[in-house]
Amino acid sequence: MITLPNARTIAVLLLVLAALASVPFLGDSFYLKLATRVIVLAIFAMSLELLIGYTGLVSFGHAAYFGLAAYGLQLLSPEYDAANLLVALPASMALAALVALAVGALVVRTRGIYFIMVTLAFAQMLFYLVRDSAWFGGSDGAFIYVKPVLRIGETVLFSLDDRTGFYFFCLCCLVFTYVLLVVILRSPFGQVIMGIKENEHRMQALGYNTYRYKLASFVIAGTFAGLAGFLFAAIDGFVSPELLGWHQSGNAILMILLGGSGTLFGSLFGAIAFVGMEDIFKERAIFGPLADHWQILMGVFVIAAVLLLRRGIAGWLVTWTGRRSPSLQERDDA
Amino acid sequence: MDSVFLFIQILNGLQYGLLLFLIASGLTLVFGIMGVINLAHGSFYMIGAYMALSLTQLTGSLPAALLLGIPIALVLGYGMEGLFIVHLYRRDHLDQLLLTYGFILILNETQSIIWGDDAHGVPVPSWLDLSLPLTDTLSYPVYRLAVSGVCLVLAIAMYLVIQRTRLGMMVRAGESNREMVEVLGINIRQLYAFVFSAGICLAAVAGMLAAPIESVYPGIGEQVLIISFVVVVIGGIGSIKGAFVGSLLIGLAQVFGQVLLPEFSGAVVYALMAAVLLWRPTGLFGRA
Amino acid sequence: MREPLLETLELTRRFGGLAAVKSVSIAFAPGEVHAVIGPNGAGKTTLINLLSGDLPPTSGRILFKGQEIAGRPAHSISHLGIGRSYQKTNIFLNFTTRQNCWLAAQSRLPTSFRFFSPAHRRQDVAARADKALALTGLEARAGRLAKEMSHGEQRQLEIAMMLATEPELLLLDEPMAGMGAEESERTVELIRKLAADHTVVLIEHDMDAVFKLADRLTVMVNGEVLETGTPESIRTSPAVREAYLGEEEALS
Repeated sequence: MITLPNARTIAVLLLVLAALASVPFLGDSFYLKLATRVIVLAIFAMSLELLIGYTGLVSFGHAAYFGLAAYGLQLLSPEYDAANLLVALPASMALAALVALAVGALVVRTRGIYFIMVTLAFAQMLFYLVRDSAWFGGSDGAFIYVKPVLRIGETVLFSLDDRTGFYFFCLCCLVFTYVLLVVILRSPFGQVIMGIKENEHRMQALGYNTYRYKLASFVIAGTFAGLAGFLFAAIDGFVSPELLGWHQSGNAILMILLGGSGTLFGSLFGAIAFVGMEDIFKERAIFGPLADHWQILMGVFVIAAVLLLRRGIAGWLVTWTGRRSPSLQERDDA
Repeated sequence: MDSVFLFIQILNGLQYGLLLFLIASGLTLVFGIMGVINLAHGSFYMIGAYMALSLTQLTGSLPAALLLGIPIALVLGYGMEGLFIVHLYRRDHLDQLLLTYGFILILNETQSIIWGDDAHGVPVPSWLDLSLPLTDTLSYPVYRLAVSGVCLVLAIAMYLVIQRTRLGMMVRAGESNREMVEVLGINIRQLYAFVFSAGICLAAVAGMLAAPIESVYPGIGEQVLIISFVVVVIGGIGSIKGAFVGSLLIGLAQVFGQVLLPEFSGAVVYALMAAVLLWRPTGLFGRA
Repeated sequence: MREPLLETLELTRRFGGLAAVKSVSIAFAPGEVHAVIGPNGAGKTTLINLLSGDLPPTSGRILFKGQEIAGRPAHSISHLGIGRSYQKTNIFLNFTTRQNCWLAAQSRLPTSFRFFSPAHRRQDVAARADKALALTGLEARAGRLAKEMSHGEQRQLEIAMMLATEPELLLLDEPMAGMGAEESERTVELIRKLAADHTVVLIEHDMDAVFKLADRLTVMVNGEVLETGTPESIRTSPAVREAYLGEEEALS
């Protein structure tokens, strides 16, 4: 059962948050962009963790909702003008949510390996649709020439074109996502999905229509993946079909594994580790000519991580702060 | 539609379906018997295709390339199972996905280093490079018929091995009941190693046979992998019969999709999968 | 006899060619403890699975309060007031005892599509869960992880979870399975207590317990009903003796 992390874990999280909040003051635009990527990918991984870690649904097609919302921003952005955040963001997330509802209604009927294959297959279908349809700008991708702004009436309050402002906006979205997901997991709904992960059959016998709860979880996860995808598209002002591709889904799973499944905040550490590794592997000064083929290094790293790193960074952190996996703990004040 | 044209499309669909069967049958057995999801399965199709390219250049003949490629694929499969997959039997699907995903990253990049990112053609063996005239204007390439023939022979051989031999009995036992295999005292390690290597080898053979039909290019393995997933979902996990029926259905759906609904050809097979899922969530021949 | 609370009519379930339950018609009267006994493979657990909706029947009818429920999914049958316990312990191993009961009790909320209020603040849910814990004597174990408890305690939890859903009819599938003598004794007491305000369908191999508890018995053999009657008539029935009781140790 979900708990608030204990004092030591919270302290570590606040430290990490403070470190992230101080990145813009380094004055290095490269690192600022890297940190933006970390935060956005952490939101993406966290949304998937709701499915994998708390509902027991291993989705291998989560990038579809990430990518669709990214395309949502592209489609809603006028060519030479900025889209309004107040419209484009909810609309893109709604697009992701609607497609997640349609796909989820079918895939949630399946279990285990079937679920993995079917989520992957539907995500690939969406990938091909986006890639092959003229509507979306084809396989080369499409640009968002003007970044979205927050506009009320005629007054522009804030533009995502401002790198630092955008960064803090993403950071707020991450904290918002984390807090909201923790609240949801502690709610009656959250208890039900965790019960489903633990023993779906018994949940049905107890009178829960598990299909509906799994579907709701699938849609919530898809919606937050949409939030991440929207922000991701705003980083570079560029979208491509690869955002929906299965490598993107695989990367999200990798982040969860690196961070440690079973804790929401693990996704943040997973994203840091993932982006950090990618960046290091591309470093010629360290890996010489192999850096041009960093995918091999990444592959070796992934295999080693699966074989050696059993509980991820969060698992290690939780042990270090003196607790069992928090998903198994009951609140003392209950 | 003119009947000869229709006939050609059916032949194409069956030929594509039979090739798919070689890939999907290995995948479904590895799922069904070993409980392992192997994302890198499609990469061995790609390896097969590139082996056909290089070994044909080396030996000058595709059949020779096949004879050389089969043992190579078996060794690769045996090695991968013994060194890596063996650690996954008691792990959850998440770990299986990631480990085999790591293999895809490595194999794709290795392919790019060795063969580059261009598409290559593999010549059809000259003694098969003929066409059967069907009408004045339409004809059918003999090589495609030969591929279908080889696939059919392999499918029948697989059927005979599974139905008639002691090895096949173990596979069938494993297919229906994993515990039973252990009760029967069958050496499960050997069975797993055999099933996995045979599956990898079949995927590689499919890649080698397909090389002269499709060109050889980066990413072919992934496309094939996902279509094979669709086949397994339609047929039912662990069911060879399901893989056979599913492959032919998908083969025909793909070919007729391209002819009848060219704009949506990519989506036809997935629509078929969605329909089967609605009707039977565990596939046509899957157990509930 | 009074109008039955639950009734099966010609209920049949086949697995492939094998009929596990063959044309079974039983009427369960309100308020009674009705034991279903029979040798292994008689189809008792399959019968329970059909009644609880874990399995759909191949043919036949199941009436609960006169309403057709055959083929309905398990979650919907649960909400009609039919609770069940499993022969093979089926609990949330990684949750604490209290959480197990909470989750069971929470199922009686009109909906669990509540996303923002903390689950543990629901007094009504907590009260139902606590009542079930108290009835089964698990209060002292409430904070324990289910997987860390003894087999007997897990069996008690199995029943507690069912009770937390506040059912009217209890389907108990071998509640004493694997229990020691003392634990069995306590469970018999518990069932007797529950029988005061529940209708009970009991499957059990422990004949002492069955004859202590049952108001009526149905004997099943090879998926079919051999005989239904009072404990006395079953005990003295030559057909039952021959078909079933003969293989067991003599009844006392």
